[in-house]
Amino acid sequence: MGVTRNPTNITQGSKTKGGLGESTLRPDGTLKVTGEFAYSSDMWHEDMLWGFTLRSPHAHAKILSIDTGEALATSGVYAVMTHDDLPAFTKYGLEYKDTPVLADGVVRYHGEPIAIIAADHPETARRAAAKIKVEFELLPLVIDEETALADGAPILHPNRDDHHADHVTHPNIVHRQPIIRGDANEAAKRADIVISGEYEVGMQDQAFLGPESGLAVPAEDGGVDLYIATQWLHSDLGQLSPVLGLPEDKIRMTLSGVGGAFGGREDLSMQAHACLLALRTGKPVKIVYNRFESFFGHVHRHPAKLWYEHGVTSEGKITHMKCRIVLDGGAYASASPAVVGNASSLAVGPYVIDDVEIEAVALYTNNPPCGAMRGFGAVQACFAYEAQMDKLAAALGMDAVEFRQLNAMSQGTIMPTGQKVDSPAPVAELLRRVKALPMPPEQQWLAGDAEGRSIDIRDLPGALSNTTHGEGVVRGVGYAVGIKNVGFSEGFDDYSTARVRLEVINGEPVAMVHTAMAEVGQGGVTVHAQIARTELGVTQVTIHPADTQVGSAGSTSASRQTYVTGGAVKNSCEAVREKVLELGRAKFGTYHPAWATAELLLEGGKVVTDGGEVLADLVDVIEGETIDLELEWRHRPTQAFDLVTGQGDGHVQYSFCAHRAVVEVDTELGLVKVIELAAAQDVGKALNPLSVVGQIQGGTTQGLGLAVMEEIIVDKNAKVRNPSFTDYLIPTILDTPTIPVDVLELADEHAPYGLRGIGEAPTLSSTPAVVAAIRAATGLALKRVPVRPEHLTGT
Amino acid sequence: MDFLRPASWEEALAAKAEHPTAVPIAGGTDVMVEINFDHRRPDVMLDLNRIGELQEWEVTEETVRLGASVPYTRIMEHLRTELPGLALAAHTVGSPQIRNRGSVGGNLGAASPAGDSHPALLAAGAEVEAVSVRGTRLIPVEEFYTGVKRNSLAADELIRAVHIKKADGPQQFSKVGTRNAMVIAVCAFGLALHPETRTVKTGIGSAAPTPLRARVAEDFLTAALEEGGFWENGKIIPPAVARQFAELVSGAANPIDDVRGTASYRRHALGVMARRTLGWTWDEYRGNERTQSCA
Amino acid sequence: MRVTFNVNGRPQEADDVWEGESLLYVLRERMGLPGSKNACEQGECGSCTVRLDGVPVCACLVAAAQVQDRDVVTVEGLADYAKDRAAGRCGTGACGTPLGEAQKWAAKPADGQTGESTEAGDLSPIQEAFIDAGAVQCGFCTPGLLVAADELLERNPSPSDQDIREALSGNLCRCTGYEKILDAVRLAAARGASVTAGEGV
Repeated sequence: MGVTRNPTNITQGSKTKGGLGESTLRPDGTLKVTGEFAYSSDMWHEDMLWGFTLRSPHAHAKILSIDTGEALATSGVYAVMTHDDLPAFTKYGLEYKDTPVLADGVVRYHGEPIAIIAADHPETARRAAAKIKVEFELLPLVIDEETALADGAPILHPNRDDHHADHVTHPNIVHRQPIIRGDANEAAKRADIVISGEYEVGMQDQAFLGPESGLAVPAEDGGVDLYIATQWLHSDLGQLSPVLGLPEDKIRMTLSGVGGAFGGREDLSMQAHACLLALRTGKPVKIVYNRFESFFGHVHRHPAKLWYEHGVTSEGKITHMKCRIVLDGGAYASASPAVVGNASSLAVGPYVIDDVEIEAVALYTNNPPCGAMRGFGAVQACFAYEAQMDKLAAALGMDAVEFRQLNAMSQGTIMPTGQKVDSPAPVAELLRRVKALPMPPEQQWLAGDAEGRSIDIRDLPGALSNTTHGEGVVRGVGYAVGIKNVGFSEGFDDYSTARVRLEVINGEPVAMVHTAMAEVGQGGVTVHAQIARTELGVTQVTIHPADTQVGSAGSTSASRQTYVTGGAVKNSCEAVREKVLELGRAKFGTYHPAWATAELLLEGGKVVTDGGEVLADLVDVIEGETIDLELEWRHRPTQAFDLVTGQGDGHVQYSFCAHRAVVEVDTELGLVKVIELAAAQDVGKALNPLSVVGQIQGGTTQGLGLAVMEEIIVDKNAKVRNPSFTDYLIPTILDTPTIPVDVLELADEHAPYGLRGIGEAPTLSSTPAVVAAIRAATGLALKRVPVRPEHLTGT
Repeated sequence: MDFLRPASWEEALAAKAEHPTAVPIAGGTDVMVEINFDHRRPDVMLDLNRIGELQEWEVTEETVRLGASVPYTRIMEHLRTELPGLALAAHTVGSPQIRNRGSVGGNLGAASPAGDSHPALLAAGAEVEAVSVRGTRLIPVEEFYTGVKRNSLAADELIRAVHIKKADGPQQFSKVGTRNAMVIAVCAFGLALHPETRTVKTGIGSAAPTPLRARVAEDFLTAALEEGGFWENGKIIPPAVARQFAELVSGAANPIDDVRGTASYRRHALGVMARRTLGWTWDEYRGNERTQSCA
Repeated sequence: MRVTFNVNGRPQEADDVWEGESLLYVLRERMGLPGSKNACEQGECGSCTVRLDGVPVCACLVAAAQVQDRDVVTVEGLADYAKDRAAGRCGTGACGTPLGEAQKWAAKPADGQTGESTEAGDLSPIQEAFIDAGAVQCGFCTPGLLVAADELLERNPSPSDQDIREALSGNLCRCTGYEKILDAVRLAAARGASVTAGEGV
C-alpha cells in the first residue's frame, strides 16, 4: 500500500456538444468494458463447424503427395481441402497475387498452409489434421541476401509477371528503389569527418492481442457472409472474389470487433479458408487461430540490414549521406514494394542533406513473409540514421540534440526525392521540447523510504526477479526523432468513401455515418461522430457497422484513416449540409434575406449565419425528408518514384515525433529498465486529444519493445523458434515507463482540419531513443535491435 | 480422455495406482498449456483440486510441510519468515494470476529445469513426500530431479507435500529474465546461509538439464567462512572470496544456448547473482541489511 | 462429460464437454459468455482473467471439469459483483448477473456495436474509469484487466503506482502503452471505487 497518484489528463465524461477538439469518449467503450463487444473470435452460429489449418513443418520443400483419406474418414470431420480442391483462382496478395491459398506443390516458408479441415469441434479438427500424411522433398534454402543472390540460388518465384519483375536486378529481389540526388561523392570531399556504420533490425511481430479469426456463413444465393477482423474490408473482398469464384456482390463482409492490428491484418489470413470450407460444407465455419498459429498466420516487420555513411563539416553541417538497406521480405511479396518505397524515401531522416545516394531492396527468401507493421520501412531506417547522428555528434564533440537541430529539416526542405515539404516540419522544436522536460528523479527505488533503508525492487531493472538492489545500475539518456509518411504513397489512388444520412427521429435531428473503415482500436469511430456533430450541428450520431455495403474506406494503416476517411466523412457531411441549406432556402428562404446572402452553418441543431443569427431549427428544415449521400473523397495525388533516380512527389504528408528516453541499465547483468520515455509530436490538429495521446503512448511502447525484447527468432533452417507469448515477449506494465506526451498542433493547410496522421511516427523514434540511452549508460556501440543482455555483457 | 476427480487423497492414490499414466492436474498452469497447444494428450487426467489437505501447510520445529498444491501467492503471503528464499522465488513466478494457481508440487511434478522454486528448495534443504498406495517415501530434493522434465516419482506416486527446512539464517533468490515481469528464467540462483550448521547451500536453475546445487562453491564458501571466523566476527566477506564463490557457481552450471539466452551469458549471470546474493545475505546476517519491499 | 458450476451467481451447466476443454472454452463457446478473451491460451496475457471462488485466475489454464460446483465471476458479471460488494452483500458473485442478461451476444453483431454508448449507470466504478480515462482502445485486453484491477482495489483501495503495476503485470495490452490504464485505476481509486471493498471477500 502506498500513495495513489492523481490521475492525469482525465476527461470526466463529456457533457458538451462532442464536436472536434474535445476528448469525447469512445462510442464502443461501454460494450468493450462489459464484455459485450463482439470480436471476430466471439462469433457463433448454430450448427457451426470449426476450421483448422495444417501448416508446413519445413521452410522450403516440394510436396510429393498429400493423403487426406484417414482425416476425411474421421467422425465429425466435414471437409478436408488441399490445393487440388480449390474452386477457382488459387492465389492472392496485397500488391501481387503470389501467395497460394493452399500450398501448390511446394512450400516456401515454415508454417505455410497446406490443407484446411472443417469439423464439429476444434479437437476433432486437430486430430484429423494430425492424420493427414504429407510427403516432402526438402529443397535448398534462401535465408539472406547472400543465399538469395548466389550463383545457382533457388529462384523462389520463377516466371514473375509483376510490375517490378522487369527492373529488379535478380528474380529473388521483390523490388529495388534507388534515390540519387546531388552528388554524394563530390560532397564527401567537403566533409571533415566521415562516419559509417552497419546496423541490424530484428523481426518484430505486431502481436495484436485478438488472434486472427472470423465466421463464414454460406448464404442461400450461393454467396457467403463473412464476419471478420481486418484492416481493409474491400481489399480482402477484391482478393477473395477470384479465389472463391464469386462476384463481389455475393461476398458480404461485415467488420467484427478487431483486437488490434498494427499492420498484421492488412493481408488475408483465414478469410479465404473459412469461406472455402463454408461453401464446401454448406455450414457456417469459424476459424480462430491460437497464439502459436497467429505467429505463422500473419506477416511480420521486415528484418533489415542497413549500411550508412555520413559526412560532416567541423561546423557540424552534414555534407552527404549514402546508404543501402536490405529488407528480408520472406517467402511472398505482401507489402514489400511499399516498404522499400518508404525505407528509401525516408532513409535520410528528418534532416537536410542535399547530396545522397540511397538504395533499398526487399528480398524473397524462405523466411516468414514480412509486410506491414506500424511505421514500416521508416522504423528500420530511423534506428540506423539516429545511431549515425549520435556517432556524428560524438565525433564532433557536440551535444546530440544541438547537432540534430542544426541539421533538422523544416517546412520548405527538399527531400531526396525532390519533393518539397509544404507543411510544418517542426523537427528542431520537437527536440527542444523533449529536452526541456524535467528529468525523472534519480534512484527512485529508494524513494519510498526517507532513510533510504527500503528498496522497492519493482523500480529496478529485473523488478520482482530480484536481480539487483542498485548494484551495477547506471542511468543513461538518449534522444531520437523520426519522419514518417502519412497515407498511401507513390501514385496510389488513395481514397475513402463515406455515407452520411440525416433525418429526424423522435423529433431530434440524427446523423448516421456509414463507412467501411476498420475500427481496430484507433478510435476512428469516435472521430467520425465528432466530425458529424461539428459539421451538421447535431448531438445524436449513429455509427453504422463497417461493411462492404458501402464503398471502400481504404486501409486502417499508414496513419491515414483520420486523414482520409475522416476527410471523406467531412466531405459527405458538407454535401449533406448543402442539401439541408437547399431545403431550407426552399422552405424558409423568403423569410430572411440571409438565406440567400450569408455563409450558413449548422450548429446546435439550428441553421445559423456565420454571424450567429439563428434562421431555423434543423428539425423544421428536414422534417419529413431523409438526406442520404455516399461520396468518395481523395487526398491530393502523389507520384511514383522514378525507378532510377527515385525522384517524385511520392508522399502526401509527413509526420514527426521526437523522444527522450531515460533508462537504467544493470550493466553487470545487461538488464534494462526504461524509467521514462517522453514524446513530443506535431499532430496538426488534435481532433480528439485523449485519443491522440493514447496513440502516441501505444506507438511509443511498441518501439520500446523492439528496442529491448521483441524478436521473432528464425534459425538457419528458416524455422521460427519462439512462436508463443512465453518466448516472444512484449512489454508488460512493469516494463513500460511513464510516457509524458507533448502535443504540438501546427496545421497542415492541405489536410482536413489541418490534421496530421499520428499513429506511426511515435513507433519510429522510440526505439533509437531507448538504444541511445542504453549506449549512454554502457558506452557500447549496440548496432542491433532488440538489444539483448548478451550484447550488454559481452557474453 | 478420462477426467478423474477424486474427493480424497486416498481416492487419488487409488486412481493413480489404477491409472499409472494419469496426469495429475492441480493449478493447471503447466498441464493446460500442453493441452491447449496439442503437445500432450493424456489418457487420463487426475484433478487434485478437491483434496483440501494439499492446499494446507504445517509449520513444525524444524520444517514446513508444504502441501503440494499450496499456491505461490499463499507462500508469499504466509511463509515469508519460515521460507524466505522460496517466498522470493514464488514472487517471481509468472503473473499474479499464475501465482494464484501454480504450486511447488506442480513445479516438482513438471521438473522443468526453469522451474522457479527449485533453486530455493535446493538452497533451503527439502524432501519431497512421495506417496502411493504402497506407502510413503521422502526423497531428498537433490535426488528428485533426474533429467530434463523428468523426476524420480514412480508411476503410481503422487506428491503429497514438500518438507522444507525452516530458515535458520538469511536466504535470497534471484532470477534473470529478459522482461521485468511474467518471464521464464534465463537462469536463476538461490542461496541460503545456515548459521546453525555453519554451512551455505545453493541452487541453480535453468542452467543445466536439471536444477542443481553448486557443491564445490558451497564447500569453498563454507570453508572460507569457517577459516576466517566470519560467523563469529561478522566481518565483511573479502571481495576475493566472493569472487571465487561466484566463479565456482558459474563453473557448476552446464547451460545451453537457446532462444532465451546463450550458455555463456547464463554462466556470467549466475556469477553475478551469486556474488550479489552472497552480499545481501551476509549483510542481513550481520544485521545490516536494507529491507527489500515490494508489497 | 457434463460440468455444472455457478457463473456470475447462477448455476449453469454444459454437456458433452471434452475432458481437455478449458474453463475459458466452456464459458465462451458453450455458455454464451465470450467476454473473457482468448489471446494466448498459455497464461501469458491475462485476457481471460476471471475470479474463481474469488481468486483471479487465467480461465485458459483451468480445466473446465475442475470448476464443478465452484463459483466463477466473469467480466459480464463484474458490474453486479461490484454492486453487491458495495452494498455489503455477498462478495462471491453468488448474487451476480442473471445469465440470460449477460448473454447479449449473437453471431451477427448488433447494430449498436459501434453506436453511441448506452447509459453508463449499470457499470462498476472500474469499468466507468476505464472508459473515462481512455484506457480502452481495441479493448481485447480490457475484460481481463478490469477483473484484475477490480480485485486489486478490493484488496488495496489506494494502491501506489508500483502496486498497480505489480497487480496488472500479468495482463498484456498492445494498444495503450498502459499509461491510460494506470490513469483508470488511479481514477477509480480516487473516486473511492472500493470504499466498502473490505466487506467483500
